[in-house]
Amino acid sequence: MASSLLVSAPEGLYCPAGDFFVDPVRPVRRALITHGHSDHARAGHGAVLATTETLGIMALRYGTQFAGTQQPVRLGEALRIGDADVSFHPAGHVLGSAQIAIGNTRERIVVSGDYKRAADPTCLPFEVVPCDIFITEATFGLPIFHHPKASEEVGKLIASLRLFPERTHMVGAYTLGKAQRLMALIRQAGWDRPVYIHGAVEKITDFYIAEGIDLGEIRKVADVGKTKLPGEIVICPPTSLADAWSRRFADPVSCFASGWMRTRARARQRGVELPLVISDHADWPELTRTIEETGCREVWVTHGEGDALVHWAQTQGLKAMPLHMLGYGDEEDGGDQSETAAET
Amino acid sequence: MNRFAELLDRLAFEPSRNGKLRLLTDYFRHTGDPDRGYALAALTGALSFANAKPALIRGLIAERVDPVLFALSYDYVGDLSETVALLWPASPRPAEAARNSDAAALATIVETLNSAGRSELPRLIVTWLDQLDEKGRWALLKLITGGLRIGVSARLAKTALAALNGCDVNEIEDVWPGLSPPYLPLFAWLDGQGAKPAADNAVQFRTPMLAHAIEDKDFETLDPRDYSAEWKWDGIRIQVACGAGRDGRNLVRLYSRTGEDISAAFPDLVEAIHLSRLSDVCFDGELLIVLDGKVQPFGVLQQRLNRKTVSAKLMADYPPHVRAYDLLYENGEDLRPLPFSQRRARLEACVTQAAAPWLDLSPQIAFADWPALAAARADPAAANAGDDAQAVEGVMLKRADSAYVPGRPKGLWWKWKRDPFALDAVLMYAQRGHGKRSSYYSDYTFGLWRTGQGGDELVPVGKAYFGFTDEELKQLDRYVRDHTINRFGPVREVTATVEEGLVLEVAFEGVQRSTRHKSGVAMRFPRISRIRWDKPSRDADWLETLEKLIPA
Repeated sequence: MASSLLVSAPEGLYCPAGDFFVDPVRPVRRALITHGHSDHARAGHGAVLATTETLGIMALRYGTQFAGTQQPVRLGEALRIGDADVSFHPAGHVLGSAQIAIGNTRERIVVSGDYKRAADPTCLPFEVVPCDIFITEATFGLPIFHHPKASEEVGKLIASLRLFPERTHMVGAYTLGKAQRLMALIRQAGWDRPVYIHGAVEKITDFYIAEGIDLGEIRKVADVGKTKLPGEIVICPPTSLADAWSRRFADPVSCFASGWMRTRARARQRGVELPLVISDHADWPELTRTIEETGCREVWVTHGEGDALVHWAQTQGLKAMPLHMLGYGDEEDGGDQSETAAET
Repeated sequence: MNRFAELLDRLAFEPSRNGKLRLLTDYFRHTGDPDRGYALAALTGALSFANAKPALIRGLIAERVDPVLFALSYDYVGDLSETVALLWPASPRPAEAARNSDAAALATIVETLNSAGRSELPRLIVTWLDQLDEKGRWALLKLITGGLRIGVSARLAKTALAALNGCDVNEIEDVWPGLSPPYLPLFAWLDGQGAKPAADNAVQFRTPMLAHAIEDKDFETLDPRDYSAEWKWDGIRIQVACGAGRDGRNLVRLYSRTGEDISAAFPDLVEAIHLSRLSDVCFDGELLIVLDGKVQPFGVLQQRLNRKTVSAKLMADYPPHVRAYDLLYENGEDLRPLPFSQRRARLEACVTQAAAPWLDLSPQIAFADWPALAAARADPAAANAGDDAQAVEGVMLKRADSAYVPGRPKGLWWKWKRDPFALDAVLMYAQRGHGKRSSYYSDYTFGLWRTGQGGDELVPVGKAYFGFTDEELKQLDRYVRDHTINRFGPVREVTATVEEGLVLEVAFEGVQRSTRHKSGVAMRFPRISRIRWDKPSRDADWLETLEKLIPA
């Protein structure tokens, strides 16, 4: 089970025909980047090809000189790199996220990067790209993971604010993507009070707003003075929930927006009082449906709970293998170190 | 079922007592009969379904989910009810399921389970699981397999009920023994729609009277002639109630200090009480283990605590005993308004007449003045405690003219505990607290020195999370953050060497051998009594000092 078009190397997935890597975890000469999360988009490559939004997010994080050269690509645009055909397609994960299709005359491989199928007001929806080999993540690759509707989860937050109007509701959310999606969802739920944010969420949120995404009135906690913000929503990096910073709020209710909140033990372990199962990754039904819809004959699993998904694909008559790639963390777990100096 | 499931789910994540109370009261106020009554029954442990076993649930999921995927999932989740709830295939006809959601109402489920035979169970459970959503399935499976484990005691549930009409929780306790699920008369009364249910006087729980810790300055204002004294036993507070139930049969109830019915854990004691033909009485006393006429230390009693069932061997090895010190009710009369001296006289007569092997009197200590009592406290064996001195943890002072007042009234009863033990230990690990303390490292593991293979080393001997002031907590939290050398999830390891480390003075009530702890010893009730910022870590105490305190 292998392909001459794409091989697994220590740096990441490598395409010999085009001499480029996809989402390399170490500096390389030429990198194609699926999306701006720091485990996929790293600084120090020679040349980077990605969507305009992803390039913008990388510049925000690493400074404008994050790579030797930067080349923006439009979604759906057909490129030829060396002897490989390359195109980017929406992945529905965060703003600017893309799947990368790589082909030649014999076969087509799609590297999905991270993706989800659920609706997200802050980014374009996932597009099914038919292929021979589908390379998928499996962050939530166990059949226990069914993400409920995000609107229902936000409804729980609003209900809790009604029950505890004197307490600040601190919502831990990954600073890129999840935090802004949450703001948009909170607006859809009819919450029209200002939403307050931790300093680590500011830059990316400003970027989303500048990209024309309506998030309502956003205020910085640092700007509100001594008030303890009772009955308000504060969005912060997950690590700040149990940080000394949280002491400035009124008897805070600790909420955490993540697909990991699906299991109680995981939520309780983190001391979360109000778990919100909101994820930017595909759940089990989405993973299996997507594999079926691509019509692929082979599935490669990059990272996450690969064993169960590989087992399932094999029972469906597909060839499947885990790549066990290292270096792709999982931002949903709150390992948000690059974003915040806060202690964990 | 969905409302109940939502309640259980929120309770499972709510760390604070007040938060739990609010969730419960909110539920009882906004849920109709008989659902809320069955929810109350589930929360107070009044429901049990003998035929619903985990093996049945495993069998049902095995028919529906690939075994490899089930094994991987169960391994990840770690809880059978939750794994099955998450894995259960979604209903193929969700619209119909939603229409039929009444069929899976809590009351319907409980009433059906109570009447269903073993062979009908699988089909019934499948029907419900198909109709419920994930949270509902989890709550259902928790309910029928009998392990809610959401940190709500029966007392807490009753306290939440009391908030419905602002009555005292003790009023609920008064009427509770005469009630059964789904508690319609109780809710009618709480809603102001009906009369207060009659109290079933014989076997109700009576909220205990508690004592204040006495301080040196208190003695100056107290006259020894107003007080009688007795030993403070190192067992657990117990209330023994027996009397005729509605159907005329004699009932026996054992209640813990908080009103939990612990009768099921002590079937041997319940049987002994039945045999002694006592009826229509309620004692307040201490539950102890007595072997060969000698009271055993608390560590022995612990073998019998917090168990749902008890083996014949445990019953034979650790026979329970009640040492009575008050009589609250006798022959239709509530004795609580009487002065202590009169209750004591009635108690002595009652215990003597019963002449029951499981029951004796807690002896009173004669003393002329406070120095004499201090001497007895210092050496109980030389006073009248004799061989039982090891199970004495101080003395109790009770005003002879005091009525039995529920709660902790000021100035009537005092406890004068034996001085605690204290050792200087070195802080080794700190863990984040919960709830309000979740941003603080507030649980401290400390160690003592011993000689190891590579030289002197610290071995952890215990953990404490109270005893310090809020200000000291901030200082300790700061110290932990500044001296972290390792992190393991919520736990931090701090510098603890011969050269550097923080010494904590730890107070504790006793120590016993333990196979669970690396050090081989377990301290009882340890707390931080002082932070010794001044003391070098090498001058902390040694493990052997602690070991010498273990009772022979």
